[in-house]
Amino acid sequence: MGACKVTDQDFEREVLHSTIPVLVDFWASWCGPCRAIAPVIDELAEEYEGKVKICKLNVDENPVTPNKYGIRAIPTLIIFKDGQAVETIVGAVSKATIVNALNKILG
Amino acid sequence: MREPQFDLVIVGAGPAGLTAYLYARRALLKTLLIEKGPVGGQVLYTDLIENYPGFPEGISGYELIDLMKRQVEKLGLNLMQAEAIRIEDQGPIKTVTLSTGESIITKAIILALGAKPRKLGVPGEKELTGKGVSYCAICDGPFFKGEEIAVVGGGDTALQEALYLTKFAKKIYLIHRRETFRASPILQERVKSHPQIELKLNRVVKAIYGQDKVEKVSLENLHTGKEEELTLSGIFVFIGFEPETSWLKGLIELDALGFIITDREMRTSVPGIFACGDCISKKFRQIVNACGEGAVAALSAHEYIREL
Repeated sequence: MGACKVTDQDFEREVLHSTIPVLVDFWASWCGPCRAIAPVIDELAEEYEGKVKICKLNVDENPVTPNKYGIRAIPTLIIFKDGQAVETIVGAVSKATIVNALNKILG
Repeated sequence: MREPQFDLVIVGAGPAGLTAYLYARRALLKTLLIEKGPVGGQVLYTDLIENYPGFPEGISGYELIDLMKRQVEKLGLNLMQAEAIRIEDQGPIKTVTLSTGESIITKAIILALGAKPRKLGVPGEKELTGKGVSYCAICDGPFFKGEEIAVVGGGDTALQEALYLTKFAKKIYLIHRRETFRASPILQERVKSHPQIELKLNRVVKAIYGQDKVEKVSLENLHTGKEEELTLSGIFVFIGFEPETSWLKGLIELDALGFIITDREMRTSVPGIFACGDCISKKFRQIVNACGEGAVAALSAHEYIREL
């Protein structure tokens, strides 16, 4: 199934009002590192199913949300919990780095 | 003593490591490729590669890596997403320890570790990374449409990326510590005649300021000692690369900057450990020579294993 898509329109409902933590991958098609980590993001979606919602937001098609969160670099991964951004990871990091961040949030 | 699980372990899956893997598999070596981040490494950060032979229109870093990856997948890609943190040399047998604690026994090792962008090391840089401080024009350039930014550096990468960024930023200060650029003359000409680029030569960045985003930088003129401030929203740093080899200190010979010393056959100071690509001590770091070295490293490793 892989990561789900979110947009400026449904960001509030899908991410901010989610009952479980949400990881949002801000990406674009022109960003090589974003495309390189895409398979990892999809794997995480499988591995954390039911525990963390893993979503992707295309910054070209959805400029409002990245602007709101002051995003000036991609890939940027933000983990949201109860509507708040609780962890931000900038750059194409290793899967282990993302896993550590997710597990820390899950406690 | 445990039996070797592999003939060859290759650490790093950029162009050098992928080429080494290609040659190793064609030599029918039982090979494992280890990569801690995304397959491709630094190349992923390049928008258009115009100096890799065979692509007359140029090719993006991501696409080039995708093609290399598909080529090795045909031979069976045995890729492990993990970080190597220690190597022990016991002569004909070597142990690679991963950050998970797992250890892998192999006959030979190729280090294709790559390099990462060198940082300025000034106040504000770390705090504002991803908030205006960037090391990747292709990833982050589009966030600076119509804004004023700076590029730091004087080599090919700095000038090439400054030119690329003119597609987005309305004005670019090109900051370089010397009077003259190292970059190729063709790029220097393009930069000097570009109406959106203003040169700030003989100057270094002293600090980056901003609350949640980059707002200004301070420069020092190395000739006059005078300081000045530039108001801008982004600063792109391209001042070279540094290797991640501190974990190899005491095992293999490194140069003063930490790059791995090899001979022409890509042998390091330890028999059975080879190195290639951006992590080795050399003058020119190009994709095409990284690939060439990867091929040589794999062929040398094959020869070494055969003679064990």
